[in-house]
Amino acid sequence: MTDSLSQFSVLALYSSMAVYAIAFILYTLDLAGIGPARFKLVRIGLSLTWLGFVLQSVATVLRGVAAGRVPWANMYEFAMTGTLMIVLVYLLVNLKWDLKFLGSFVTGLVVLLLGMSATRFYVEVVPLPPALQSYWLVIHVFVASLATGFFALGFALSLAQVLQERRERAVSAAVAKRWAWLSRFPESATLENYAYRLIVVGFVLWTFTLIAGAIWAERAWGRYWGWDVKEVWTFIIWTIYAGYLHARSTRGWRGTRSAVLAMIGFASVLFNFTVVNIFFKGLHAYSGLK
Amino acid sequence: MSQQSRAETTVVNPQLGLAGWWRWFWRQLTSMRTALLLLLLLAIAAIPGSLVPQRSADPNGVTAYFADNPELAPVLDSVQLFDVYSSAWFSAIYLLLFVSLIGCVVPRVKFHWDALRSDPPRTPANLTRLPAHEEFTVPGKPEAVIEKAHALLKRQGYRTVRFDESTPTARGAKAATASTRSRLSVSAERGYARETGNLLFHGALVGVLIAVGFGGGAGFAGQRVIYEGQAFTNSLLAYDTFNPGRWFDASSLTPYTVTLDSFNVTYEEQNQDAIGQPLDYTANVTTQLKGEVPQQAEIKVNEPLRFGNTDIYLLGNGYAPQVTVRDPEGTIVFRDTIPFLPQDTNLTSVGVVKVPDGLDEQLGLVGFFYPTVSAGHSGAFFSMYPDLIDPMLTFNVWKGDLGLNEGIPRSVYALDTSGMTKLTGQQTALASLELKPGETVALPEGLGTVTFDGVKRFVSLDVHNDPAQIWVLFFALLSLGSLLFSLFIPRRRVWVAVTQADKSSSTVSIAALARGDDVTLDDRVRELGELIRRA
Repeated sequence: MTDSLSQFSVLALYSSMAVYAIAFILYTLDLAGIGPARFKLVRIGLSLTWLGFVLQSVATVLRGVAAGRVPWANMYEFAMTGTLMIVLVYLLVNLKWDLKFLGSFVTGLVVLLLGMSATRFYVEVVPLPPALQSYWLVIHVFVASLATGFFALGFALSLAQVLQERRERAVSAAVAKRWAWLSRFPESATLENYAYRLIVVGFVLWTFTLIAGAIWAERAWGRYWGWDVKEVWTFIIWTIYAGYLHARSTRGWRGTRSAVLAMIGFASVLFNFTVVNIFFKGLHAYSGLK
Repeated sequence: MSQQSRAETTVVNPQLGLAGWWRWFWRQLTSMRTALLLLLLLAIAAIPGSLVPQRSADPNGVTAYFADNPELAPVLDSVQLFDVYSSAWFSAIYLLLFVSLIGCVVPRVKFHWDALRSDPPRTPANLTRLPAHEEFTVPGKPEAVIEKAHALLKRQGYRTVRFDESTPTARGAKAATASTRSRLSVSAERGYARETGNLLFHGALVGVLIAVGFGGGAGFAGQRVIYEGQAFTNSLLAYDTFNPGRWFDASSLTPYTVTLDSFNVTYEEQNQDAIGQPLDYTANVTTQLKGEVPQQAEIKVNEPLRFGNTDIYLLGNGYAPQVTVRDPEGTIVFRDTIPFLPQDTNLTSVGVVKVPDGLDEQLGLVGFFYPTVSAGHSGAFFSMYPDLIDPMLTFNVWKGDLGLNEGIPRSVYALDTSGMTKLTGQQTALASLELKPGETVALPEGLGTVTFDGVKRFVSLDVHNDPAQIWVLFFALLSLGSLLFSLFIPRRRVWVAVTQADKSSSTVSIAALARGDDVTLDDRVRELGELIRRA
């Protein structure tokens, strides 16, 4: 029973990856300005992203049912739930603002992470060790994944902002047209606003993650903070984003510099998720990899 | 004369006085740019602690690092890289950051306090100069229009004040004409909670820092290993290791005893991918405060026991074989239950039995315990399952000087073999002693016998007391709560000015100014205009 459920989960996950990959191609063709009816490509891309999201949700839920617990207790499951959150935030934000121009980035990133996870991190369903048997696993890890979703979009918007700013300068200096694909992006000030509003949400969620993690650490390990490597990196990421917030009200740091901080922040999130989980030794050794 | 020279000095160097330098330094330190750089510096300074093992989090890792890198380790140690988070340089950064924070926040508290008790500022003369503004004409007299606008803003939670004035061109004109040319306006401000939240957030961070600092000093942390049936008393002597805080007072320990009645472990038996994985650890204990009735309690990994002003955590467990050693005449010279340290997930465990008295020579037994024994191709034993299915205990026997008489504290888990001779096991003529529960075998050289009476489980308990912990949580939650206000409540000023356009209509000017990030400002101005037009 457990076996067949987790096999269905894998099947659904591969299907979602295929759908995301097609969506990625359509989004990218649109950015490149190729295709007969360009404006329709992104809409098909968005619909496919919804479809991929549904498939991936099925995969995630089945994995959870197969395991009889929340589906975020090892690297494979972290990747599955984390990328699901990135897609979710992208889709939800698109209901409010038109951020379809980020579709290429989001689907590309998610396909890469899922591909890496399915081939390198896959582990069979195993029960939770006593250290993870806590409702804090549900709260702490889920909120951390959700924060990652907001930071990912913040990264993409900040990158777009930096490029757009250079393009705007080139255009106003009447230099030859550069990066025509960016003409479909909003102007850099708008990108900066979007990035800020998403990162602020991510920052609050991350602050919560940090505090929830400390409360859990007190229960499980007998101390609320012990500079375990994962705690260190959670702290570093928090500090970088705190720096980002301050940079926005520091003269000379608004614009490109603060955007670069937002990008370093997300790079650290990815580093924390991959390199720290796999190669660093510490109490958060729950990758499930041997 | 001295008067004159002092005057001269001040004339020559007006800015180089100590106070001036200090003011300059203080202004630099409390500037946003410095705070930002210190924040980023703090992030960078935290990195090495994740690359190099830390004494606080991983003391064994530090020992191993010294063994593996004998050249490099002392160099790293000299710049405190094994104690990054208590190092002088890391402390310097965060202390400077907090000084900068306080220096920045305190003047803002005063400023905000004044702002909270004063009216919004006078309406600017030219509203069209502000970045978000709108102008349109509506039917109705200015008095009626401004009343509606005023009521609207009040309903939206703005603090408002009316300013009725003559336009600059009408200034000095007679009151009779002023009424036709005068400008009626409302100045409104909202979102004071944004700044309140911001100040509270930074204050709460200072609170966290102070509470963390005091918590380390006032409490203690102790570790104690007990096996099933054994009890320990909450007193300094009872702990295997004890780390008191700077201001810890030993007499503050609540007198109580904790007895481990049983320790139950459940293992996975169905799932082929996780056979033998522990599913649950439960320590059943009896607790008793001095002079009170004993109580039953449970300790689990994620469920510490809060008892007697302490928190008791279940942090480790393993097997403790019971061993009896007899001399050749059959007299018991040693009988004890000895915790063995687990070496792998199947709980192959290592421990030492030290027999200092009663035999012709001092005896050291280095034991391996296998809860479910199996032999590899080479013949070496290993444990293939963590539960007690087919337990076996093996001993390598050493005789000689245990080194217990020199007054040097010795680990109970290690045998110093420098003054000893190996009698059984590798590199000797005799095989290791092998015992199943209940078995007795002879020691070599006619020294006597050793009996494996049985095996119990032991738990390793951490006992903590951190009186400031609750304050750390309080300030952390306060910072989270105030962060929400500080980031999501928009602070803005809005002005609505109305002048008479003609006999039956009025010109309305609306303008808004954000304080801090407020990307919805233009929308708000448009909405307000819409409401006034419809009203």
